[in-house]
Amino acid sequence: MSQPFRLNKEGLINRNKKISFTFNGKKLFGYEGDTIASALIANGIHLVGRSFKYHRPRGFFGAGVEEPNAKLQVEFNGHSEPNVNATEMELVEGLSATSQNCWPSVNFDVGAINNFLKMFFPAGFYYKTFMWPKSFWYKIYEPFIRKAAGLGVASIEKDKERYEHKFEYCDLLVTGSGPSGLASAYAAAKNGAKVILAEDKPRFGGTLLTDDVSIDNLSGKDWAEKIISELKSMPNVTVKNRSQVFGYYDHNMLVMFERVSDHLEKKSKFTPRQRLWYIRAKETILSTGSIERPIVFGNNDTPGIFLSAAAKEYMKVYGVLVGKKPLIFTNNDSAYETALEFKKNNVEPIILDTREEHSSELIDEAKSKGIDIRFSHGVIVANGYKKVKSAKIGKLNKDKNSFEKIETVDCDCICVSGFWTPSVHLASQSGNKLKYEEKIDAFIPDKKKQHETSVGAANGSFTLEESLKHGFENGSNLSAKITDTKTEIAIPNVNEKKYGAHDKFWCMPLPKNENSKRFVDFQNDVSVSDIEIALREGYRSIEHVKRYTTLGMATDQGRTSNLNGLQLVSNIENKIVPEVGHTTFRPPFTPITIGTIVGREVGMEYMPTRKTPMHEWHEKNNAVFVDAGAWKRPRYYKQGSETLFEASKREAKNVRENVGICDVTTLGKIDIKGPDAAEFLNRVYTNAWMKLPVGKARYGLMLREDGIVMDDGTTTRISENHYHMTTTTAQAANVLSHLEYYLQIVWPELNVNVVSTTEQWAGAAIAGPKSRDMLSKLYTDLDVSNDALPFMGYKEAEFFGVPSRIFRISFSGELAYEINVKSDHGIFMWEKMMEVGKEFGNQPYGTEALSTLRIEMGHVAGPELDGRTIPSDVSLNGLVSKKKDFIGKNSLGREAFNVESRQKIVGLIPIDRKSSIPEGSHIVQDQNAKLPNPKLGHVSSSCWSVENNNPFSLAIMKDGKNMIGKKFFAVSPLKNKSIEVEVISSHYVDPEGKRVRS
Amino acid sequence: MLYIKCPYCGLRAQKEFSYGGDATVKRPNINEEVSSEDWDNFVYMRKSPRGKHIELWQHIAGCRQWIKVQRDTATHEIFQTAKVTEEIR
Repeated sequence: MSQPFRLNKEGLINRNKKISFTFNGKKLFGYEGDTIASALIANGIHLVGRSFKYHRPRGFFGAGVEEPNAKLQVEFNGHSEPNVNATEMELVEGLSATSQNCWPSVNFDVGAINNFLKMFFPAGFYYKTFMWPKSFWYKIYEPFIRKAAGLGVASIEKDKERYEHKFEYCDLLVTGSGPSGLASAYAAAKNGAKVILAEDKPRFGGTLLTDDVSIDNLSGKDWAEKIISELKSMPNVTVKNRSQVFGYYDHNMLVMFERVSDHLEKKSKFTPRQRLWYIRAKETILSTGSIERPIVFGNNDTPGIFLSAAAKEYMKVYGVLVGKKPLIFTNNDSAYETALEFKKNNVEPIILDTREEHSSELIDEAKSKGIDIRFSHGVIVANGYKKVKSAKIGKLNKDKNSFEKIETVDCDCICVSGFWTPSVHLASQSGNKLKYEEKIDAFIPDKKKQHETSVGAANGSFTLEESLKHGFENGSNLSAKITDTKTEIAIPNVNEKKYGAHDKFWCMPLPKNENSKRFVDFQNDVSVSDIEIALREGYRSIEHVKRYTTLGMATDQGRTSNLNGLQLVSNIENKIVPEVGHTTFRPPFTPITIGTIVGREVGMEYMPTRKTPMHEWHEKNNAVFVDAGAWKRPRYYKQGSETLFEASKREAKNVRENVGICDVTTLGKIDIKGPDAAEFLNRVYTNAWMKLPVGKARYGLMLREDGIVMDDGTTTRISENHYHMTTTTAQAANVLSHLEYYLQIVWPELNVNVVSTTEQWAGAAIAGPKSRDMLSKLYTDLDVSNDALPFMGYKEAEFFGVPSRIFRISFSGELAYEINVKSDHGIFMWEKMMEVGKEFGNQPYGTEALSTLRIEMGHVAGPELDGRTIPSDVSLNGLVSKKKDFIGKNSLGREAFNVESRQKIVGLIPIDRKSSIPEGSHIVQDQNAKLPNPKLGHVSSSCWSVENNNPFSLAIMKDGKNMIGKKFFAVSPLKNKSIEVEVISSHYVDPEGKRVRS
Repeated sequence: MLYIKCPYCGLRAQKEFSYGGDATVKRPNINEEVSSEDWDNFVYMRKSPRGKHIELWQHIAGCRQWIKVQRDTATHEIFQTAKVTEEIR
C-alpha cells in the first residue's frame, strides 16, 4: 500500500499514525492531519465527482474553503452527510466517502451525455424549455430536473449528535490566524483586551505555513507557533481553530461555526459535534486573507488542474504532490513559489507566464534553479477527459488576443494563478460598501458601517511586512481605545521575497477552430459562452446575469469565479468593473449544518415545558396531555380502553350529575395593587368596576383599542387596594404586557402595580351539583352556604392547615368553586380533594370535558374570541358600559360594527341529531352550489352535548340572531363532510344561568 | 440581532425585548370627547419612515419596563434609548 504521490519528508502530518478510509468502496489510507483531499491525491486519485449540469469529470481545484468541485457524501461516526468539502474534512478512522451527482459511478456516469448535448443546455435553458405546456411543470418537468440536478443525499435518519449554542462577548474578535490576524490578536492581548482569535483550519498560521518567509529569524511556521502558544497562555485570550466566522450581523454580532469533534476518533458522550457561537464584539479585525483566482482557459475544469497556491499547500502542509509533470500557468509572481517548491522536491515544472520577459527576485531565482520559464505563454486547452494528459499551449501576440505559436506539451497537472482576491465577505456583510482597487483588480473594504477593520490580504496588502504592520497597529489601537492601556510592541524584522507586478490578464482567447468550454464557475457549470448569451439576451445588471446563468450561486458562493465573471461582463459591455459592481455577499460564508443552527432546541428542548404542581399525579392517573402554549394540561383521564370521546363524555357527564375537579393552575393570574387599582380596572375592562366590594369577584371583558375582544376572565377584590385578576391560559403574557403598557406609558399617574402570579398559585376547580357538599367537607369550619358564599363570592380559609383562597366562579355553568393554594401545596390540595370527593362521586376531568361543558352552556372561549369579534358578536354586549370610558370604547361606534347583518354567535344542532359537526366547517345555504359557495359563517367550537345527548356546536354567523330556526349546511371539504344543521340559541343548556347561582 | 441599551439594565440582546411600535403616538385622553378622525389616526394610522424612528420596546425578559428606542429602520443603527418618561430629542 504505497502512496505514489506522497513526499518522503515534507508536511505537517503525523506520519506515525495511519488512518484507513474508503473512497467509492476502495480501501485506502492516509495519515493523521490529512484531509480527505490530501489523502486521495497522495493515492493518485483525482477524479472525485461529476459537475452539476454537464456531469463532466471533476477533481480537486483548491485546498480549503475555495474548493468548488470536491463535494462528497461522507459517512462517519454513524451518520451520513452530503456535500462535505473534501478539502476541509479531516480524515478520521473508518470514514467512508463517495462521489455525488453521478450514476452508476463516477467513472462511468450516464448523465455525462449532457456534456455532449451541451449546445442544447445554454444559460437559461430551464427557463426557456420547461415553459409549456404549463400543466407539465409539477408532474413531469420539476421531478425530472430535481432528480437530474442536486448534489448529495440528506440523511433521513434522526441526527443523534449533540449541537450547542454559545453566547460570548469580547473586546476584539479576530477572524483568521494568518500573519495580520496573529499580529492583531497579539497586540490587543498585550493591551489587556478580551480577545477571541478564530481560525477556520485545524492549523494556525494561514499563509505562514506555506510561504517561504522568516520573521525575527524564525520561519513563518515557527513564529506562528510561538505567538499562538503565548496567546493560549493568556487568560484574556480565547484561541479557536476549526472555527469559521461565517456571518456578520447587526450591532457587531458575529456568528461562528466550530467543528468540535468531527476530527476525533473517540469523544465523550456530552462532547458536542459542532457549536454555534454568537459573539458580540466591541471591535472586529477581519484578517480573512485572500483567495487565489484562476485564469480561464479551455477545459479548465479537467481533473488535475489546481490553483497554484493549493498545489503548494498540498506539498508544504500535507507532503503531497498534485502531479509529477506540472505546468505552472500564471500572470504573477506568486506561482513561482509553487514552481520552486516542486523543484525543491525534484519535480521539473514548466512555467507559462502571460507577462513578457522581465525580471524580479522570484523570476531570477527560478531562472537560477534552471526552471523552464516561457514568457508571453499560456494554456489554451487542457487535454484529457478524466485527468489532464497534455496541454495545448500558445505564445500570445502583443495584444494577447491571438497566438504566434501553438504547441502541445505533456503534463499531468496544471497549476494556475490569476492573482489574488481579498476575502471581503464579512466586511461586505457588515454593511461596508466595497471599492474596486485598480492595483489588484479586486474589491477591498471601504467606508465602514460597523466596528470592523480589515487587515492584511483581506484589505489588499499582499506583503508580509505590510500585513504584520497593519495587524500590530490596528490590534493595538483598537484595543487601546477599549482598555485604556497601550503596550509598545516592536514590529519584527521580516524577510520575504519581493513580488513584481501582476498582469491584468484573466481569460485565454480561443483560436478559431477551437471550441472547448471555458468555465468561469465550476460548481454551477457556468462557462464564458453562458455569460455571453445572457448579455446578448439583454441581461445587464450583474444581479440579473448572476441569476440567469447561476454564476456564483453555488455553495462555494463563487469564491473563485466572481471576479472573473465580472471581468467578462465588463469586457463585453465595454465598462470597467466598478461600474458593473458586485453581487451581494450573504451569510453563511461557508455552508453550515442544520444541526448547528438548531442547537439543543430539539425534541423536549424545543421549547420550555410548563407543568402544574399536580402534573405527576395526572401522569400516574393515565392523563392524556394536550399542549396549551408551553403548558401540559390533562386532556382526559383514560380508563381502560376508553377513547377520547368516551372519556370526555364520561367526565363531563359526571360534572353535570355529581362533581368533578379540574386542574386550572394554567390560567393566567395577575396581582394588582395600589390605591388607583379600581380606577385602572374600570378603564381596562368594558364593564363597571368602581363599586365591586371587597370579597367579591366579577367577570370582566377587555378589548383592544380597535374594539376587538382581547380577553376575558374574573377579577376578585381581595382587599381595599388589592385585586386578583385571571386571564385565559393563552393570553396571560399578552394581558400582562398590555396592562404594563397602560400603566407605564398612557396613565403613569395611576398608582398601581401589576405582577404575574400564575406560577405562585396552584388552582383546582370543583364543579357539579354536589360541589357544595364536597366543599363543606373540605372546609369543615367554614360556612359555605349559598348565603355565606354566594355566586361570585370570595373567601380566604385554611385548607387542612394551609392558607387558601376560595372563589365561587364557574366556567362549566354548574355550581362551582375554584380553590387556590400556594404552588408547593398544589399536590396536597389535589390529593385531599380526591380523597374527600370519593363519597360524592368526584372524578377529575380534563380540558376536553371542560370544553364540552362550556360549549353547551354557550360560554365563549378562544375559538370565538379569535381576534375578529367585538362584544356584541358573542352576546357579551351586556358587559359593555354605556356610562364610562374604557380601552377600545371609541372603536365600538364604527359603522361596520353596528350593521344589522353583522356576524353573531349562534348554536347549531344537526338535523339527524347524530352527526358531529367538524370545527372550522363553513355554513352555506346550498351544499351543491357552484364554487365559490357564499359563506354565511363558520363553526367555531363543537362538542357532544352530554345534557341533551346529541352533537352541538357554536358558530359565528352572519345576521345570526335572525337565522334561529332556519336550516343550513355545515360543510367541511377537509373532512369531506356536509351536515344539515338547524340554527338555535347559543345557550343550549340552562339559558337562565340558574345552576351557577343555586 | 440588535443590541439594545435598556435604560434600567444596560446593553442586552434583542431577544430579551419585544417590539411595541411607534412611540410618538399619543392616546387620546380617557373620558374626553375625541373626533372619529383623531381616534382613527390613533388606532390605525402609522408612518413607516425609512430612517430615524422613535419606537417602543418592552424588556419582557428583563425588567419588564417599556422603553423608547430611536432606531434607523434601514440600517438598524440605534441612536438613543430612554425611559418612556424621558424625551428623545
